[in-house]
Formats: sequence, C-alpha cells, structure tokens
Amino acid sequence: MRYLPLSNGDRAAMLEKIGVDSIDALFVDVPESARRTGTVDLPAFAGELEVEAQLNAFAARNVSPAKVPFFVGAGAYRHHIPATVDHIIQRSEFLTSYTPYQPEIAQGTLQVLFEFQSQVARLTGMPVANASLYDGSTAAAEGVLMATRVTKRNKAVLSGGLHPHYRETVETLAHAVGIETEACAVAVDNEADVLQHIDANTACVVVQTPNVFGTATDVTEIAKAAQAAGALLIVVITEAMSLGLLKSPGEMGADVVAVEGQSIGVPLSYGGPYVGLFAAKEKYLRQLPGRLCGETVDADGERGFVLTLSTREQHIRRDKATSNICTNSGLCALAFSIHMSLLGQTGLKRVAKINYAKAHALKDQLATAGFDIVTPRFFNEFTVKLAKPAIAVVEALAAKNVLGGVPFARLQNAPGFENHLIVAVTETVSDADIATLVATLKEVAQ
Amino acid sequence: MSMNNVGRPSAPEITVEATSFKTLLGGKGLLQSEKLIFEKDDYSRTGVDFADIEVNATDLDGLLRDDLSLPGLTEPEAMRHYVRLSQKNHAIDLALYPLGSCTMKHNPRLNEKMARVAGLGDIHPLQPVSTVQGALALMDTLAHWLKTLTGMPAVAITPKAGAHGELCGLLAIKAAHEAKGQGHRRTVLVPTSAHGTNPATAAFVGYTVKEVAQTADGRVDVADLAAKLGPDVAAIMVTNPNTCGLFERDIVEIARVTHEAGAYFYCDGANFNAIVGRVRPGDLGVDAMHINLHKTFSTPHGGGGPGAGPVVLSEALAPYAPKPWVVSNGSGFNLVEHDEGSSAANFGRMCAFHGQMGMFIRALTYMLSHGSDGLRQVAEDAVLNANYIKASLQDLMSVPFPEGPCMHEALFDDSRLEGTGVTTLDFAKAMIDEGFHPMTMYFPLVVHGAMLIEPTETESKDELDGFIAVLRALAEAAKAGDVARFKGAPYLAPAKRLDETRAARAPRLSYT
Repeated sequence: MRYLPLSNGDRAAMLEKIGVDSIDALFVDVPESARRTGTVDLPAFAGELEVEAQLNAFAARNVSPAKVPFFVGAGAYRHHIPATVDHIIQRSEFLTSYTPYQPEIAQGTLQVLFEFQSQVARLTGMPVANASLYDGSTAAAEGVLMATRVTKRNKAVLSGGLHPHYRETVETLAHAVGIETEACAVAVDNEADVLQHIDANTACVVVQTPNVFGTATDVTEIAKAAQAAGALLIVVITEAMSLGLLKSPGEMGADVVAVEGQSIGVPLSYGGPYVGLFAAKEKYLRQLPGRLCGETVDADGERGFVLTLSTREQHIRRDKATSNICTNSGLCALAFSIHMSLLGQTGLKRVAKINYAKAHALKDQLATAGFDIVTPRFFNEFTVKLAKPAIAVVEALAAKNVLGGVPFARLQNAPGFENHLIVAVTETVSDADIATLVATLKEVAQ
Repeated sequence: MSMNNVGRPSAPEITVEATSFKTLLGGKGLLQSEKLIFEKDDYSRTGVDFADIEVNATDLDGLLRDDLSLPGLTEPEAMRHYVRLSQKNHAIDLALYPLGSCTMKHNPRLNEKMARVAGLGDIHPLQPVSTVQGALALMDTLAHWLKTLTGMPAVAITPKAGAHGELCGLLAIKAAHEAKGQGHRRTVLVPTSAHGTNPATAAFVGYTVKEVAQTADGRVDVADLAAKLGPDVAAIMVTNPNTCGLFERDIVEIARVTHEAGAYFYCDGANFNAIVGRVRPGDLGVDAMHINLHKTFSTPHGGGGPGAGPVVLSEALAPYAPKPWVVSNGSGFNLVEHDEGSSAANFGRMCAFHGQMGMFIRALTYMLSHGSDGLRQVAEDAVLNANYIKASLQDLMSVPFPEGPCMHEALFDDSRLEGTGVTTLDFAKAMIDEGFHPMTMYFPLVVHGAMLIEPTETESKDELDGFIAVLRALAEAAKAGDVARFKGAPYLAPAKRLDETRAARAPRLSYT
C-alpha cells in the first residue's frame, strides 16, 4: 500500500513496545456487537494506474466546456486562470499546511490572508473584510444573521432578483435560527421593490447586482431608504469580475457585501469548492463571522500577522460564537489573491471590459435576429425571453454541442419565467462561438 | 574526517560566533521579510496580457467605477512573492504535523491530478444533466462508499465543511422532530470534551446547550446523560472516538437511552480515521454523522480550507436531507433540485449548487486507491502509531487517562511540567525549534494544559522515533530547569513569538 510506510516488521516491533500481542488488542473498547472481522463490501486496493483509469472514465462521460461554445453562468463563471495560480497553490507549503494557529511557522499563509482581506476591501469599496467563507451563498446567509445581531430585529427582505439558490440558502439558515424572511416577486429589474416590504422589524434588505438575470443596478437610493428605516443593506454579487467595471457596493452605501469570488482564480469544479468574500462597514467589525487576520509585531519588533479577534469564534466562545463556522476557504482565497495580484487594477479593468464587449456583441446579434432581450443594463450576462420553454431549448442546443446558458426554470419554477434563458459571456468565448450560438438558437428556438 | 572528504578543502575556520553575526544591512539571509504587494510604488503593472479595448458602455451610465486601487505584479514578481511567502510555512510535506483532532495525513498528489482533469475540474454546475452524467456517477459512487463504510442508508453530500455538516445534521434532526409534533424539544446535550463547533452549531440553530459530565476515565458519564435526557431534549452530540482519543465504550448504551428518550444521536465524525473500515457507526446506533473529507479521506487542508463535510443519515432522518441529491434512473442519473416531485420533507438547501465536487474527486481517488482492505489498514496503523507514541513517552510525560489503549491520538497533560516554569505553550513553541509543528494545545478543555498528539498512519516508524526523541529531550530539559530554551522559543522560526494581544486591541485587518 503506497501511502502506508509501516512494514510488518515495524508493526510487530511497535506492538511489542506497546505491550500487546495484536492490533485487535488496541480496539478492545469497541463493543462486541460492532466488531467486524472482515473488510466492508467494497473493492480492494488499486494501483495508481488503475485508479487514474477509473477517474478518467467518469471524466469521459462529461462534456467539457473547453470543447464547445459555452455560455453557462448564473452564479459560476468560466474565466481564464493564469498557469502561475495553479502552480503556486500546489506548493507543499500552501497545500499541505493547516489553519495558521501557530503563527511563527505560518507567516506565509497569514500574510496572504492579510493581502486577501485588503484586496477584498478595496474591490468591494468596504473598510473591513474577513478571511473568506465557504462561498457566496453562505456568505449572504451569514450577512443576514449578522444584520439581525446588529439591529436586534428579526426579518430579512430578499429581492426578486436574488439568485434562487442564494434565496433558498438564506431561507434555510434564517428559518433554522428563527428569523423571518420575505421574498419579493421574481423580477428582471426591480431591486427597489425591497423597500415596499420594510417594516419596524426589518433587519436587512438583500439585493443582488448584477442580479440573477444579469441586470446591474445602482443601489445608492435603496441604501439610503433602507438605512433611514433602520435596516441594513446587504449587497450580493455572484460575478466578482463585474467589480472591475461597475461601481463598488461601498461607494453605493452598502452595509454588508457578500460576493462569490470563484470568477477570480477558482475553477468551475462543478460547483465547489468556491470562495465567499465577506466585507462590511468598520462599525460591525466585532460582529463579523469567520476568521480574521490582523497585523502585529513579533518579539523582535518585526511586522507579523496572526488570526485575531477569535473571541467571536466557536473554538473560544463555543455556544456564544457569532457563527459556528470553523474554517475559511483558505486555498481558494489564496488562488483568488494570486490571480488578483497578477491582474492588478490594470488587468482587472481590461478583462472586465472584454467581458462587457463580448456579451454586448452577442446581445446585439441576438436582438438583430429578432430575439427578445429582457435585461436592460448588464455586465457580462443577460436574459433572453424565448418563444418556447428554455429547458427544452437548452437540451436541443446541447444535442447540437452548444452549451447555451441556464434556463431560469432550472433554478426556480416561477410562473411567467418558463421561457427565460440566462446567457453569460466571458473572455473565454470566441467570436466564432458567438456566431454558432446565434445560428443554433435561430435553428432550435424560432 | 569521513572518507569521502579526503582531498577536498577543509571547512573554513569559524571567526565569528554564529549567534553574534550580523548582516551588513540587517537582513536575514534567505529569510528576508517580504513586503506586502500594497507596498509597491507602481500599481499599474499586470501579469496577464489582455488588450486594452475601448468600450462605450452607455447602458451603464452612472454605474461605472473609477476608484479601483489594486496593485498588480508581473509573473516573475508574483512567483517570487508567493514562493518566498510559502517558505515561511510549515507543512505536512516537511515533517510530522501532529495536530490532534485534525488528522494531518499525507495528501496524495494523484488526488490533485484527478481533480484537475478537464472533464472533472472544468465543468459547470448548471450544465444540462445530460452533459454531466460522469459527475453525477462520481457523486453517486462517493455516496455509496460513504454509506457502506458507515453502515448508514443515506448521505447528504452538500455540506462544505465539518461544521457545515453539523449544521446539516441538526437541521435534519429539527425537521424530523417538527414533523412528529416534537418541535418543543429545544435542548441539545454535549459532553464537556466536545469540539467548540458542537455547542456553537446547536446554539446557532436555536437550541439550548447543556453539558454532560465526564467520567474519571475520560468518557461520557452515562448516568449523568440519562439523568439529563427528557422530553425537552432534541439530540445528543457525541464525538467518537472522543476528543481525548478514546473510544466511548458505552456508545451502544448511549444510543439506546437517547432513542428511548425520543432524542436523536448526532455523532461528530472528526475522528472517523481511527475506525474507518473496521467499525461502522451505523452499528453503534448513530442517527447522523458528518465526515470530514479533509481528515479521513486526505483532501488537503490548504492552510484553512476548503474542506467538505458530507453527513450520513439513519432511516429516521433520511427523508429530511437537503436539496439537491442525485438519483439513479436506470439508464443514468438525475439531479433533484426542486421541491416539486421530490420528498417535500427536505429542510431546504445548505448552499448554492451541489457541494464540494473538487473534494469529492480527491476523496474518491483516495478511497479507490486504498480499497476496503487498505482503509482498514489505515485505521489500524493510525491507532498503532498513536499508541506507540503514548507507550514511548508515558514514563516522562503525564497521561491523564493511562488505563487501556488510546485510539488515533495520544493525550498528555501538563502535570509533569508543574514547578518547572514551562507551560504547555512554551513546550509547544520549543518543538518548532526542533523541527516539528506543535501538537494541538489546550484542547480538550477537560484536561489541564492538554497536549493532543495525532500522528496519523502516514508517518514511518523512523519519523515517529525522531519525534519521540525530541519530546523526550524537551521533557528532560524542562525538568532540568533549562527554562530559557522554552520561554524564548521559537528561536529558529521565520518569526519570533507574535503579540496577539496587540493585534486584538487595535485591529489592523487591511492595508491602509
């Protein structure tokens, strides 16, 4: 067994040192009824070559986006990742280290987290950010919980443009904790609708921009109105790349920002692991969920970094913690941070503009071909209202080797939205891909 | 002088004591401090080559940003920055990483290779299911392995970490109680030795946490548990093997009295590595248990995540598992993502999409590599290694629960350090100078100055012997009054001891 260094000779010598005559003697505390003599009913061990073949067989049954025109987004986006990113995150010192609880021998991870927090703060336009959460959807849910702690109120209003998976994640956690939620009617362009639902018990309103249909919204007025009513504005973003072009939530007055950071540095990986970015106004610092990295000095007076304010966290506070979260998404945060460092403001703006241009080129061609584009303003994703149910159209496109987008009905069954198709265009899409999608859509959907 | 140095120049005569040597500009050789990327003068550089196109974004009038201030690095600068930073980290690949409760085992690189195969790593969660049949088959296979290894009928695979799995398990328990008209059950019983996540999770979902006492031999006090069970108790949360590294001998009895009282038995599966392939939690009466794929099944810890925490469920809890889940339809697989046409009993959704696929790939690769026989050997070697450490140190270090074997981790307390002036923290920091990552310190809370050592099965006897020699030498040095060695430790790490109080008093969390 290639991963197990002990030889039978070692095992015998060690049993002798312990003073028992068999390995079974070390399992004496297991109740007799649960002792198993044989192996469980699963295949026996396999060599590396064999295992590789088995995994490749799974891979062969999937259609890889690199091989077809690809327009699938709705919360996860296919962007180019520089080779450097994946090389660095596979370095032993990053890949095989633990949470940096011993800071003297974890300054690498800790400085990266400090730089990551600084990048997230600047990208979102907020003063403080944590060291990451599981993903964007759980970050949104943690934001709602934080808002109830801060305001001592107990209701969250969710906009009709919020990604349905995010809405469900928030509802699940909120209801478990006893927080009320109110979901606005599904709408392509009506984030301000949240204001109609604010009452004296509203802790926060949650709006998404660009929203699930791709619509970008200036939430400045929503922020003012919500705050005037004593509620916090939580801004959700599922496409981090949009922050290279669009006004930051901080600039628009957001109290809390929850972002899915996957677009920067993290592969699609069929939905996970991803990285949740969480940022907030300074005054909520001690209410933040999750890990925080802070600057300090060592005994020689040299600058160094540590995990800090851990009295908010479960391992110290146990049942009084701000969240039960015990980890962050460390390696994905590292990937995000490396990719962001390579991009810098210059690269991020450039790639964002390319996304914008390609998406609008597709929109123009579809509009010219007579398709109904329902998204009024967008970054790199928009929604087409087809003449027939989008689920069937997407299947028909797939049969012709085009992955044409996400039917809204895949995310939620909402009357009147059966024909809505959400289409994403990133820098990885070629002009030929765009032409193919337009031609194939004309063929199967008109 | 050894034979192979014959004829070579001899070593230079040392003229300066190494300790008093100072570099010309105050640096530290190859261990220089590394500037923050924000301390570059020029933010305009970039390490990616994209054209600077003009766009006329009239539809975004008033929505465009102009305040973006993020430093950029060219590729060589980035490579240097991150490689230099990496060298300040300790890692499993450098030496034993004996963190109790964390199972820092070897991370096979085949796992990494397979997670990066285009047909697995580069597929989108919302592609039509007809185009991801392999991904669904992989998830189904992983679920089959988890169910078979635990002897449990169902598994919810979406939770993104151990604590997320605890949340999932407790939400299933809550839903089950509510369905039976037992929503008034609001108490969760947790032993004093539990991980902090257990009480945090229970409180998180609105339960009141009550602690259960521990016996003198480091196990759950069944009499105290039975006395605290009642019509208000929703669940008990027990870690088994527990955080003292001991198997709960009365586990079957614990499950029985819990079920009799109408409560569910949640098992924290953090220590599953000690019994995988040898003992099935389903045979012990468990109703729900999360499995940390980053512990037992070797997916990398990555400096703090991402992990994965699928939860196996008993018949009683299976109907409440969250969306989505994979179903086999004879010819292929489907994904149930909506309430319509599914069991409406599910309690909702843990997260967007379908869980930590990247970790499923790595964990399944690891499982297939070991097979049923290899996994059983994993548990045996993990337990053997821990007992070997315990047996080799108990004459010099104090073992709070000496009677009988331990499981996968050996627990020591600080009673032998009493009067030496050396604390558990000092002892741990001195280990760094000797080339090892410290063990878990001050946990579990039930033992004074706890030191919890988990070697895992992937350490060779040589490595263990070296580690044992170091701990023995340190224990002797402490007894001999060599306090300075401990108080100033670590002397040889990339950083000296850090001022954590200062960090918390005036938090600086980002570069300004």
